[in-house]
Amino acid sequence: MQQFLESFLPAGPLVVFVFSIIPLMIILVYALFAIWLERKVAGHIQDRLGPMVTGGWHGWSQTIADLLKMIQKEDIVPAKADRFLFKMAPFIAFAASYAAFVAIPFSSGYIGSMIDIGVFYIVAITSLLSVSIIMAGWASNNKWSLLGAMRTAAQTVSYEVPTVVTILSVIIVTGTLNLMEVTEMQTGNAFLGFLPNWLIFHSPFMVIAFVLFFIASLAESHRVPFDLPESESELVGGYQTEYSGMRWGLFMLTEYADMLLLSLVGATLFFGGWNSPFGSFMDGPVWGAFWMLLKGMLLVFVMMWLRWTLPRLRVDQLMNLCWKYLIPLSFVNLVLIALWELIF
Amino acid sequence: MTNVKEKGPEVTFTEPVESGNGMKTQEMVINMGPQHPSTHGVLRMELTLDGEIVTRAVPHIGYLHRCFEKHSEAMNDYTKVIPYVDRMDYVAAMNNELGYAIAMERLMGIEVNERVEYVRVIMAELQRIASHLLAVGTFGLDIGAFTPFLYCFIEREKILDIFEKASGARLLYNYIWIGGLMNDVPADFKTDTAAFVKSFRPKIKELNDLLSNNKIFVDRTANIGVLPAQVAVNYGVSGPSLRGSGFKWDLRKDDPYSIYDRFEFDVIVGNGEMGTLGDCWDRYIVRVWEMEESLKIIEQALDQMPEEGDVQESIPKKIRPPAGEIYCRTETPRGELGYYIISDKSTTPYRVKVRAPSFVNLSVLPAISVGAMVADMVAIIGSIDIVLGEVDR
Repeated sequence: MQQFLESFLPAGPLVVFVFSIIPLMIILVYALFAIWLERKVAGHIQDRLGPMVTGGWHGWSQTIADLLKMIQKEDIVPAKADRFLFKMAPFIAFAASYAAFVAIPFSSGYIGSMIDIGVFYIVAITSLLSVSIIMAGWASNNKWSLLGAMRTAAQTVSYEVPTVVTILSVIIVTGTLNLMEVTEMQTGNAFLGFLPNWLIFHSPFMVIAFVLFFIASLAESHRVPFDLPESESELVGGYQTEYSGMRWGLFMLTEYADMLLLSLVGATLFFGGWNSPFGSFMDGPVWGAFWMLLKGMLLVFVMMWLRWTLPRLRVDQLMNLCWKYLIPLSFVNLVLIALWELIF
Repeated sequence: MTNVKEKGPEVTFTEPVESGNGMKTQEMVINMGPQHPSTHGVLRMELTLDGEIVTRAVPHIGYLHRCFEKHSEAMNDYTKVIPYVDRMDYVAAMNNELGYAIAMERLMGIEVNERVEYVRVIMAELQRIASHLLAVGTFGLDIGAFTPFLYCFIEREKILDIFEKASGARLLYNYIWIGGLMNDVPADFKTDTAAFVKSFRPKIKELNDLLSNNKIFVDRTANIGVLPAQVAVNYGVSGPSLRGSGFKWDLRKDDPYSIYDRFEFDVIVGNGEMGTLGDCWDRYIVRVWEMEESLKIIEQALDQMPEEGDVQESIPKKIRPPAGEIYCRTETPRGELGYYIISDKSTTPYRVKVRAPSFVNLSVLPAISVGAMVADMVAIIGSIDIVLGEVDR
């Protein structure tokens, strides 16, 4: 990718800039699309149509119109808020989630940085998100925001454990933390001659690992049924209560970017990343990006599907689920996967 | 960038309290409402929180006070009270009108003909279904399930269409008048209603599959906000909230008015199926099954309804009741709605006092919410199913 850019751009900072801005472009276009999709999914699940007017075809530009509106909104900082922290929080939130995209292999030709500790880096940097949410909740000087922030702290810290343990169980199989190498391992058709060589087909325990990972990542990205930090029917808006305009928009963008990030990590770890599901058919760097984003979007769609179907857990039930079920299960699963690796 | 110059009030904390394990925690007073998505209107709950646990809950009402009683006394006409009655429990306006009309008819000794009675009962039961659909849907919304809410609204819409055809209005009908109806039902009323009854039955099952038996929903509502029957009776709770505690009390059976003694239907009571008797889930499921019972009543009423009859034949030319007083109670979707009317033999009511079920039911809230979490408070308020228009009047 870098060589490709250098072929028509002067070498130096500009190439690096363009190179590093690609995930941002992907996130922004994806967010516009995903918010529209969320509305359409919600609409159709609820027996209505969703946006139909703006832009003509099925209201495709509704999100763009909303974005333009949001930019024009007054940016209100409450008088009693800690101004610096209040203003910083959304940026840190988005920076944390954007920075994590650097280790995602979008295709065989593009990964932001070939760091050897890719997954570890992603897990570490996304933890910053909870810091920013606590910042937002605390700096707002609003009791509802504070409650939302407290819930977030508890939720994120708890659910990081099952996430990390399930990722660890995948790492036992792959033997590398570099997501590019993890993806390359899954190239080709191996199982039963037609199933792609994806890690989810590697052993039955990998399916369990994926389910655990998906549940934990729902909680990590604060989606229903784990959307307690911003649970709108209890905490008004949670940590977002006092935010307006583009600062609120950044939190929204972060939520969607987080969904994509965790879906892409899931797609890479379990569903072969940028590998085509049809062996060498429709393969290559450009198709790779297509498959990667398609797999990610499918998981995002499942998240949306769940959101518009399920009620919300209570905060203590959330903790119960994590500490009493997910964490023991993921540890048992880790041991079983390790045994499977040892035997076969 | 705007900086709001006026400084808000200082954040106040109560004195630290011993929490039992030798550690001290600071309680936080928080206002839930009047602008809150889940207080079903402009209710303000003053919550004292220990972390997320509610140690004290005080409801503050009056944000929607519209001087109903004073208006009635100044109306100069008993008929003009009916639109105000609509605006009390605005999601069950037909039932409110029915109660008022029956009270006035008893006071004046008016007998209405069969057709009027049947249309009234059908309207009231349709309204009960519409109101319960709203209650059930918003309860799901409080728990975080968005989709059942819209499914309920689709069905409610069909009922409102029937009402609109009959009365011209969708929310506040002014349809049931003293001694009759505003006008006769349209020609296709019977087929419309029968079609609705037929299409609605399977939807109750759908609702149960989607929401009532959902594991998360049951976890969130079972064993929460337990209201024992004794406490409920002591506070004067009525309607589905009382029946959810297992107390069989329905004015349609126990003190029949209109022609309710002619119909076969069961009084649904909670049985603690998912948790403790009288929890939020019981109160919720009573409403769901009451819709089924209302369907039974509507079906029987449609069968028995006479085709002919002038719905305005008993409407008095001048409403001037004899001096006296009356208390008349009817079963609305929220419970016992009582009208206490005093007449001084003029055309103006001397006094119209309303015993509003929402107001009385709301009073039990502090008693059952101690020890609940903030999220449970939302569930408890939703399960009591209050309409603030009726609480404040």
